[in-house]
Amino acid sequence: MALMIGIPREIAAGEKRVATVPEVVEKLIKLGFTVAVESGAGDAANCSDDAYRTAGAEIIENAAQLWARSDIVFKVTVPTSAEVGLMREGGHLIGFIWPAQNPELMQQLAAKKATVLAIDALQRMLSRAQKMDALTSQAGVAGYRAVIEAANAFGRYFNGQITAAGKVPPAKVFIAGAGVAGLAAIGTAAGLGAIVRANDTRAEVADQVKSLGGEFVKVEFEEEGGGGGGYAKVMSEGFQQAQREMYAKQAKEVDIIITTALIPGKPAPRLITAEMVQSMKPGSVIVDMAAERGGNCELTEPGQAVVKHGVTIVGYTDLNSRLAKQSSTLYATNLFRLSEELCKTKDGIINVNMEDDAIRGLTVIKEGVITWPAPAPKLPAAPAKAAPAPAHGHGGGGAPASGGKTAVIFGVAAVLFLLIGAYAPAAFLGHFTVFVLACFVGYMVVWNVTPALHTPLMSVTNAISSIIAIGALVQIAPPLTEGFDRPDGWIRGLAVAGIALTTVNMFGGFAVTRRMLSMFRK
Amino acid sequence: MSASLATVSYIGATILFILSLGGLSHPESSRRGNLYGMIGMAIAVLATVFGPRVSMAGLPWIIGAMAVGGSVGIYAARKVQMTQMPELVALMHSLVGLAATLVGFANYIDPIAALNLSSAEKAIHESEIYVGILIGAITFSGSIIAFGKLSGKIGGKPLLLPARHWLNLVGLLLVIWFGGVFLHTESVSAGMIPLFAMTAIALLFGIHMVMAIGGADMPVVVSMLNSYSGWAAAATGFMLNNDLLIVTGALVGSSGAILSYIMCRAMNRNFISVIAGGFGTSSGAPAASSGDAQQPAGEVVAVSAAETAELLREARNVIIVPGYGMAVAQAQHTVYEITQLLREKGVNVRFGIHPVAGRMPGHMNVLLAEAKVPYDIVMEMDELNADFPDTDVAMVIGANDIVNPAAQDDPNSPIAGMPVLEVWKAKTSIVMKRSMASGYAGVDNPLFYKENNRMLFGDAKKMLEEVFVALKA
Repeated sequence: MALMIGIPREIAAGEKRVATVPEVVEKLIKLGFTVAVESGAGDAANCSDDAYRTAGAEIIENAAQLWARSDIVFKVTVPTSAEVGLMREGGHLIGFIWPAQNPELMQQLAAKKATVLAIDALQRMLSRAQKMDALTSQAGVAGYRAVIEAANAFGRYFNGQITAAGKVPPAKVFIAGAGVAGLAAIGTAAGLGAIVRANDTRAEVADQVKSLGGEFVKVEFEEEGGGGGGYAKVMSEGFQQAQREMYAKQAKEVDIIITTALIPGKPAPRLITAEMVQSMKPGSVIVDMAAERGGNCELTEPGQAVVKHGVTIVGYTDLNSRLAKQSSTLYATNLFRLSEELCKTKDGIINVNMEDDAIRGLTVIKEGVITWPAPAPKLPAAPAKAAPAPAHGHGGGGAPASGGKTAVIFGVAAVLFLLIGAYAPAAFLGHFTVFVLACFVGYMVVWNVTPALHTPLMSVTNAISSIIAIGALVQIAPPLTEGFDRPDGWIRGLAVAGIALTTVNMFGGFAVTRRMLSMFRK
Repeated sequence: MSASLATVSYIGATILFILSLGGLSHPESSRRGNLYGMIGMAIAVLATVFGPRVSMAGLPWIIGAMAVGGSVGIYAARKVQMTQMPELVALMHSLVGLAATLVGFANYIDPIAALNLSSAEKAIHESEIYVGILIGAITFSGSIIAFGKLSGKIGGKPLLLPARHWLNLVGLLLVIWFGGVFLHTESVSAGMIPLFAMTAIALLFGIHMVMAIGGADMPVVVSMLNSYSGWAAAATGFMLNNDLLIVTGALVGSSGAILSYIMCRAMNRNFISVIAGGFGTSSGAPAASSGDAQQPAGEVVAVSAAETAELLREARNVIIVPGYGMAVAQAQHTVYEITQLLREKGVNVRFGIHPVAGRMPGHMNVLLAEAKVPYDIVMEMDELNADFPDTDVAMVIGANDIVNPAAQDDPNSPIAGMPVLEVWKAKTSIVMKRSMASGYAGVDNPLFYKENNRMLFGDAKKMLEEVFVALKA
């Protein structure tokens, strides 16, 4: 018996998205499901009941009936407790849940013996999961819309032009946070012709910023900001200080600031202070995409566009609803991809396979048992750091010699060692052992030296080779010379000369190495 | 100080020397490495001076000699210019070589050294002396010549005597023959004759060997002499039954040998052919060998400093390839000023260092470090050779053979097979050169005739200053 997917109308204030669109309904039906849509669910996203009906969905007049009949409910926003009350015992729910922020909802759903897949709990580092990543698809839309909102509130062109009426300078846009939304904003603003700068605490995104036509602005402070899983973490005080200075400088220069900085489970970081807003040129625009979580700008009023100190501050929290059709289509596709993973047999029956990394991560409640949070994925969370290039050494000891060559070398060495063993006295062999081992130690140690330091290496080994001074020192005045016919004067003369020569080397070598090394800086 | 205490100190010094070399593997730990070296040396010297083998009568002599030598050394280290580093290093090698020779002679005339030795032990001891002096003398004279060549006091061109390989062979046989004579002499005074004869041959051999090697092969020679100075110390250690000397000598010797190997590999040549001297001599004179190589076709396009600045300003990725020409012109500071300016504009500037660029292993790195270029943008050839296709401008400053595409394209070229920096794969390459003269290898460079290549003729420093001014404007 094929399962029925139900699409209720979103009831949150101002929410215009819908969990699936007619194009995707067709695909879901091909997977074997039947689809029911609440009447009017897609109206705000330009999807009429007729369009759904044409695609093969059944239209159900009221929400209570839809929730009661559906085996699986697709939602966009977090369900209200009233909605959960309508839900069928033992049903399935797929949508945004935010289990960490909504513990009561979780309890309520568990009490319903429901199976709940939270699209926000997706393990985003799994490459297989990317097609289901609704956070990314929605953030991308929001980033695009943020630029459009900024352009709307901004009184000038984005691109520089030279017209008959005079020269127009290009707008300068600064984007704080180069996550998915930030990158989408960078691409959009650069596409409109603006000069785009961006910053992120995660230094590894600099290349992505550049690839989209933006310029990466560094904070002059050394700290790595990757918090795992592609998110940022809270930075140290010193870093924040340097970051504030950088933002203050950018605020004076740019026309438009778009902030996207979010840290999971924490209020949005305050990046733009009231003074920075004041320092901006009149007519400038700030779009605060973190408004819902308190805002990156001190003066943001969530949900509103306000003008303060001559600067328009856009704090809309419904950027996705402002591009409802696009957001809905992408979201519907994400859920369709998830449905494919759940229903590999294409017979309209789903299998919530907890052995599957991607499904396991999404499943926050399984048949009334809370299974959130999922254990860490088996893949490394930060592949950016996983493979440090073999930076120094020379291919780690050089290419292995061919078999024949190695055999010859070993043969020669064996003959040599045999000869030495046969003829040399024991005292010599002790020293010889030390000598051979030291050669190997030297070989091992020196292979690791970076080519940049070859000159200092030479001068330090040169200084060390003045150890030969020891040879001269022991000759200069050994005890117990009485009774020997020893040409003292000659020996002393040679030894003194030897000591003087080697100390030139000793002191000079170390001093010059020191001088050289002090020049090497990062 | 007791004998055991002295031995333990020697072990400590040995460990410190190993840590010292290990510390040099990375710029961040290198300063500590140098410090370990100094401490190790101090321990070794103090343990010897106050140890059982030196009586207090020698102390004034020791202090006097060390004061003189130390002040000369420190003075030289303070005064030397970074471009003169290869000369200084070569000169210092010669001192070690000379000291090894002197210690060898002193040991030979010292009757205590050979006390209570059996005949086999005596033979070994004497051959140790012989070998120690031999290596010391070769190191000494070879380093002096290398110093002369590097400082320009002797011409850089290889001196190729007729039948020079035979001369070397005869020298070697004579050394062996004198060695046999030396081992069979009865008294010290009789042994002096073969010993002196051998020393003279060794000195001549050292001179001849380095004279035959040309300027661009100097990195190999310098690191080889570095290696020799280590072997000289090790031979002295055998002679004196001193493990500290043996270990330290072996460390230095193997480090120099590895450096030589790396340099040879970077030129795709084997060690013997470099040491045997000359270049391309197997196929006749250097110039002749380019005869059967392909003649490059195309047109040379010259640019001005202002046009170069324009190219750089529009670039996003720039790789600078410095060569010996930058060192000669002392242009490293101007290079850095340009780098800084471009980096402020957000241009990704990096340096590509060929292993044999310059006259000493790591020569370019030291010069760039002197000019305060951060070491993390100074890359090895292998690290960035793949990045040239994404590079907008590759700027070659005073380098030629190390960026010659003929090494890859033309199997008849004398430098065929040598790894090179693939600057021609960049969107534009700019070569800064005095003139169209060919490089050390005497090979014409097809790079200059490539369509995307521009030539900026003139003194590197002067031209770079003009580029800098144009960039700033």
